[in-house]
Amino acid sequence: MKDLSIRRIVRELGQALLPLALALAVGAVIILAIGENPLTVFGLMLRGSFGSLRRLSGTLQEASPMIFTGVSVALAFRAGLFNIGAEGQLLIGGFAAAWAGFALTGLPGPLHVVFCVVAAAAAGLVWGLIPGILKARLGVHEVINTIMLNYVALSLTNFLVGHPYFKEPGQIPQTRDIAASSVLPRFEFLYAHAKVNAGLWVALAVMVAVGYLLARTRYGFEIKAVGYNPEASEAAGISKSRVIWTTMGLSGAIAGLAGAEQVLGVFRCFVSPFPFGYGFVGIAVALLARNNPLAVLPAALIFGALTSGAQEVDVHSGTPREITVVLQGIFVLFIACEFVLRRKRRVGETEGGPKAGGKGREEEGRGEDG
Amino acid sequence: MYHARRSTVSGIALVLVTAAALICIIGCGKKKETEVRQGPGVGMTAGVVLSVGGLGDKSFNDLAHAGLMKAAKDLGIRPVYGQPEQMAEDEKYLRDYAEQGFDLIVGVGFLMKTAVEEVAGEFPESRFAIIDCIVEEPNVASLVFREHEGSFLVGALASMKTRTGKVGFVGGMDSPLIHRFEVGYTEGAKYVNPDTDVFIAYVGSHTGAFHDPVRGKSLAISQFDRGAEVVFHAAGSSGNGVIDAAAERGLYAIGVDANQNYVAPGSVLTSMIKRVDVAVFRTIEEVVHGRFKGGLREFGLADDGVGYALDEHNRDVITPEMLARVEELKRKIVSGEIRVTDYYDTIAPDES
Repeated sequence: MKDLSIRRIVRELGQALLPLALALAVGAVIILAIGENPLTVFGLMLRGSFGSLRRLSGTLQEASPMIFTGVSVALAFRAGLFNIGAEGQLLIGGFAAAWAGFALTGLPGPLHVVFCVVAAAAAGLVWGLIPGILKARLGVHEVINTIMLNYVALSLTNFLVGHPYFKEPGQIPQTRDIAASSVLPRFEFLYAHAKVNAGLWVALAVMVAVGYLLARTRYGFEIKAVGYNPEASEAAGISKSRVIWTTMGLSGAIAGLAGAEQVLGVFRCFVSPFPFGYGFVGIAVALLARNNPLAVLPAALIFGALTSGAQEVDVHSGTPREITVVLQGIFVLFIACEFVLRRKRRVGETEGGPKAGGKGREEEGRGEDG
Repeated sequence: MYHARRSTVSGIALVLVTAAALICIIGCGKKKETEVRQGPGVGMTAGVVLSVGGLGDKSFNDLAHAGLMKAAKDLGIRPVYGQPEQMAEDEKYLRDYAEQGFDLIVGVGFLMKTAVEEVAGEFPESRFAIIDCIVEEPNVASLVFREHEGSFLVGALASMKTRTGKVGFVGGMDSPLIHRFEVGYTEGAKYVNPDTDVFIAYVGSHTGAFHDPVRGKSLAISQFDRGAEVVFHAAGSSGNGVIDAAAERGLYAIGVDANQNYVAPGSVLTSMIKRVDVAVFRTIEEVVHGRFKGGLREFGLADDGVGYALDEHNRDVITPEMLARVEELKRKIVSGEIRVTDYYDTIAPDES
């Protein structure tokens, strides 16, 4: 049994790394085509992401919000929902955290932080519930609604950030600075000017909690059941619509926390333009992690390293940094291809013979059918 | 079947990796030739961190880049520039340059203020410059422009050109810096004709307001509809919409930052040019000659840091009388006879 699980881990790992290897190979050809040496570029990327404590802290800084959004998207996936709205949920959550951060004063430190984090989660929850309820009650496709709500969130926060009540006077469009009591401590032990902060611990805690929720609780079972087969679960007495709207809400709340991490830890205010892309990268992270919450950590680290390494490439070589974006794109493409292959293979397998240990299979059934 | 497919995938992977490795080895032999540089700045490096939006904006970032490249050509310095994707990365770029010991590090745009402040404090031995805002660190040169002076002149030209007594202004992000353009423009227009109506509109209150040509166009159209015949934009690429609207209506737009007269020849009355390239070049030159000093550096009409653009594209729309008049105004501003209101003087210092 133990042997089996080790083999499984190795296999899973291999399957996760294969797309990366393929992406690097294709990337190498492209880099060659523009007349640079791929080895140099890859070396720079590696150095840029792990080469020193400063760079490592940069990678962790990038990975932190990706853990939140990755878990958020993965959770929704397991219920068969495609949450493309993590981007907007992050924005709204971040703004709520900033508001709670500067407007509430006189609270003792830890309590204030908790308050801001809860505010962010609540705001993200609302932003997730809207498409969730629309889907559950009216059957409106969540993809459309989450995409559109991203734009609503962007415009809304852009508008609010310029409002005199929120705005810090001056050129830069940003809210007033949050109170010192609401600041998440940065990892200064790692590197003096690190921006990676205690939000990372929150991310890991949320990740583990969602892992537990899915694997060990009744609600988690319901989520997976709805993800596999909504009609069958309905017949088995699970309320499909309840699972849909609660999962979307929860997914939104988790994405909202990513905004809190950025505001309370990295910027200490809500700044426009707010970091963009973490919500979308979350989809790729969840895909790479095969919607397994615990696998989100390594997946987020890989994407964090790619982002962090991109900058090093831009600074130290003649390669345009877009090349790393291309690399990320190819990477995601290969994950997706591999995904399809795997699914086909599974179908072949189940047709061909008995499943190896029905229960174990069930547990690792990463909900990719969703 | 399972195995077959698996081996196909690994097969493809193997071929790709081998191919890549082979080309790699061949590629390694081909070392990129470094340009031979000449000038007093050989051996020195200047790094420019561009603002969000990056190269290709035909305006701010491109000008900063042009200044850097001119310095490379004329002075022989090694030019390096970076294009952060997000504001959070500005600081990382600046720090990376400082760690590498660059001789001058330039941050483009006021969005970089916090980042420059922080990194300049961290590397007191390094030299920094920032464009469009003031950073009070001894090792930072703050390169700012007297936008109100140049805007005054184009406002005067607008007022001379319009036959309706109405002109317009479309600003990008509603921020103190853009108000500086607006106030100077209005003053210039009213100086020529006190009865001039100046319509004022802003695209928005966030940085996205600088990248919204569609909204820029609709704002300009509404001003043209209300009778304005000249609309000045200080709106980044949103201003492309303003120029578009002017070309469609057969009326006039006024460009900003770079000389945008060529964008729609005949429809761009002039451009309020802001020589970011000159500012960057001169600062690099100071470093090369060992004359660099931190502190405020203002570029105005007197040293051609700002001005209005006149070239083959707009020579036909600016009459000799207009030209003579605006030149006279320019002289008066330079001599101090006309004092253009600086919006920054009207607000609390911490807001600029």
